[in-house]
Amino acid sequence: MYHFNFTPVFENFDLLLYGAWLTIRLSFAAMILGLIVSVLGAAARTSHSKVLHAIVGAYVEIIRNTPFLVQIFFLYFGLPAIGISLDPNVAALIALVINVGAYGTEITRAGIESVPHGQIEAGRALGLGPIQIFRYVILKPALRNVYPAMTSQFIYLMLTSSVVSTISANDLASIGADLNAKTFASFEIYLVVTGIYLVLSLLFSGLFKLIQNAVFNYPASR
Amino acid sequence: MIRQFGPSDILFIIEAVRWTLLLSAIAFIGGAIGGLFVALARSSGSKALRRISAGFIRIFQGTPLLMQLFLFYFGLTVLNLPINPLLAAAIALTFHASAYLGEIWRGSIEAVPSGQTEAATALSLSYRDRMQHVVLPQAARIAVAPTVGFLVQLIKGTSLTSIIGFTELTRAGQIVNNATFDPFVVFGLVAAIYFIICWPLSLYARRLEGRMRLAFTR
Repeated sequence: MYHFNFTPVFENFDLLLYGAWLTIRLSFAAMILGLIVSVLGAAARTSHSKVLHAIVGAYVEIIRNTPFLVQIFFLYFGLPAIGISLDPNVAALIALVINVGAYGTEITRAGIESVPHGQIEAGRALGLGPIQIFRYVILKPALRNVYPAMTSQFIYLMLTSSVVSTISANDLASIGADLNAKTFASFEIYLVVTGIYLVLSLLFSGLFKLIQNAVFNYPASR
Repeated sequence: MIRQFGPSDILFIIEAVRWTLLLSAIAFIGGAIGGLFVALARSSGSKALRRISAGFIRIFQGTPLLMQLFLFYFGLTVLNLPINPLLAAAIALTFHASAYLGEIWRGSIEAVPSGQTEAATALSLSYRDRMQHVVLPQAARIAVAPTVGFLVQLIKGTSLTSIIGFTELTRAGQIVNNATFDPFVVFGLVAAIYFIICWPLSLYARRLEGRMRLAFTR
């Protein structure tokens, strides 16, 4: 009979909470930088330059069709071989930004393309300037269109970020791994760590829904 | 002793692909069976079934696959079973795939116009006949593209089983890297093999999606 031993978990609960904070911080940093990459990527994807189009297309396809674990190994172990050495935390952040940027590029591009051209023409007919058209006619509806996909991408990013513990970057999963190495209460530790991830994802999806209801509450176009 | 990266290493890595494919196949078939039950429960008339399946989906979609693998791996010891990475990986990935496919297929079932269900009920078809002959065949057409898309995610997900010590493609790469210390080439090769497996599937999913969009635009 297996004897459950949750004492090491409760004794170190403050450490686990600190780990949760590290994961939140890492995910937000990766998402914000990833959004910048996404917007630039989508702009390149919708531009008329064939070269830019091809480069960004290759980036998106390569990242989306290889595992994140291999990407982070390549970045962390592979780059020092050609003279670029990275701190694990920096490597983790860069890997996450590159990864989420590829998915975000596709989401943003779909959002921009989803604004009907007639709407832009209508804006022009009403005498709006290019900046006003971009802000009110393209950006806001496009944002509303991409918002649900982007927020679920954020949650997926937060879950994926647990993989950075494999290169011993600092996050919730790596703190769990340290505790496991010290106390060997493996199942109990990972059960609680998994529970914390669940709480984080439920919290963020609730929060994103509240924001969605508050900001994009005007009637949808048909 | 560090040796040169050579043809035998390439062969070792390529041979490990079968374990990645086998594990993906087990998880996909197991996940398809589990996912069908989850999807039917999610869209059933019973409130209890709907709640339980929603909770199941939420747990597996709201936690990292890596943690799920650890839990099933260490869970075997809790049940006094010998530690077995393949078994733990297969079970964890099957549950994981059941949740994702269940949610995808629920959406597909609900996308079938409700008039179809009503007509079938009016013809006094039983639940089984209604699902088997009316709703599911139509839902299946809608489901193909996102299902293939999820298969890509699942194949990439099998790479995480290397962390619990299952020797598939990524773990084979790590082993070769530890002996040759040529990570740039080794992980480049591993990434290229994943790409060769996943890219055609992604392209196929996108083509299906485009065709579906055409079918539904009037």
